[in-house]
Amino acid sequence: MQLIKRKSSKSTASKLTNRSFKKIAPALAAASCSLLGAASNTALARGEAGTWDFEAASLFYTETDDRVSAVEPVFSATRNFEDGEVLNLKAAYDVLTGASPNGATPSATPQTFTTPSGNSTYITDAGDAPIDDTFKDTRVALSASWLAPINRDWEYNAAFYGSKEYDYLSIGTSGGIKRYLNNKNTALNVGLSFSFDTIEPEGDIPSGLAEMPHIGAGDDFSSTRIDTSDDKTIIDALFGVTQVINRNTIMQFNYSVSMSDGYLNDPFKILSVIDDTAGANFGGNLQDANGNNIYLYEARPDSRIKHSLYWQTKYALANGDVIDGSYRFMLDDWGINSHTFDFRYRWQLGSSYLEPHLRYYMQSEADFYQRYITETEYNAGSPTLTEATSDYRLGDLDGMTVGLKYGHKLDNDHEFNMRVEYYLQSNSGDNGIGLLKDQNLYPDTKAIIFQVGYSF
Amino acid sequence: MNRKVKQCINLKVLSSKSLRTATVLLLGSLVLSACSDLGVKPWERDVLARPEMQLNHDPIEAGLDDHIYFSKEASSGGRGFGGGGCGCN
Repeated sequence: MQLIKRKSSKSTASKLTNRSFKKIAPALAAASCSLLGAASNTALARGEAGTWDFEAASLFYTETDDRVSAVEPVFSATRNFEDGEVLNLKAAYDVLTGASPNGATPSATPQTFTTPSGNSTYITDAGDAPIDDTFKDTRVALSASWLAPINRDWEYNAAFYGSKEYDYLSIGTSGGIKRYLNNKNTALNVGLSFSFDTIEPEGDIPSGLAEMPHIGAGDDFSSTRIDTSDDKTIIDALFGVTQVINRNTIMQFNYSVSMSDGYLNDPFKILSVIDDTAGANFGGNLQDANGNNIYLYEARPDSRIKHSLYWQTKYALANGDVIDGSYRFMLDDWGINSHTFDFRYRWQLGSSYLEPHLRYYMQSEADFYQRYITETEYNAGSPTLTEATSDYRLGDLDGMTVGLKYGHKLDNDHEFNMRVEYYLQSNSGDNGIGLLKDQNLYPDTKAIIFQVGYSF
Repeated sequence: MNRKVKQCINLKVLSSKSLRTATVLLLGSLVLSACSDLGVKPWERDVLARPEMQLNHDPIEAGLDDHIYFSKEASSGGRGFGGGGCGCN
């Protein structure tokens, strides 16, 4: 029976090749077409040519300890054309609320901070992690991508992207070209992306390593500001090879380089200045003449180059289950390197499936990362440093995600799916001096991710 | 520095560059020739054509994940472009 089937397949080989490849082609191209937000946006040609495919999903993201909480509905529409072209349009809307760490260390005494706008203050209790609870934002992101064959062996793709937040605008474009080899078992991709981002933060742009003004003490807020807005450009290049290994296995290797130039600071992040003079306050906050704690705004380099190597393999088992594993190595000229392992097992249960997911991420700290600045480095207001950040995202950290997804295919080829994941991020580093040793400088970040989706 | 020493250094740089180029070409050829032995016949693509066998079979989920991890970690991209697109980091 198998032989007969094979024979009949062989007689329609060319037809099958074209049809199968039209299905597989957009996914193979995904690597060269994924701006963030439009990320990996070349949708799969699920339906027949000449029809639209739609997908709607909503993400609910909640961090514990009353920190960030986000809701993000996404809608995607994909048109598959007769000649293999694929058009994808996508819209996403984010609503973020909650509180974000401001970078200062916890302290044995209450701490008063000026809000980023300079209009008010907020107080963090003794022993608590300083978090700015004025964090609130909405974001709209729109993207369009186009993929089309040039001839039997060549294909190109192009994408446009734009997103707007209250204080942030990002626009970008990307394009790529692909060459098929070895009877379309090998595909070589080259892609290029350009983004231009503008930030116009509430309260303007603070000067790097300037002292946070205490508005209650009459400090001049405007003297610490250098401009109302700033921008950065990001250029990415990606080179990829996708290889069909055998009837059940496909593999992908990518090398990408990303160059950012411009304003790379987080204008809302500060560092505590810690007293390192022997005495009763050793390890406590250094205070100014008015008795207010001294904090400095962070300062990062104005350029960054990242290199990434990415490998992914998918393997289909005889029973229909699919194993999906990937690894990414990233290093940059800020001194950070990271390893990301991702593993999924799709357990096919008739028209439903369960997909356990495990992700492990580890990162080393940036050269200019430090949890606090010492009085010696502060140097009476003329810092001996030129760059410093205490942003935990640039520190030593490990991240672990454990999740489970459930999907069910309906008779009309529509699919319903949902997933629940738990993300735990742990930071580590210098544990401080004197009084600071009593504080928890690296609290964990814990988040629940819930997503529900429907494709039709 | 005398001319001989300079020449020697130049030759060393040249030979190290040539060696690197040769290594890249050799590895490239090996990879491509190895790739030519891999793969399937056109009529054997039934399993690979299944939606769940596409490398990025759920672009929406991948996009949402990219957004989460971009805002929490220092790395982004790899599968595709790392880009910008968000004031969250």
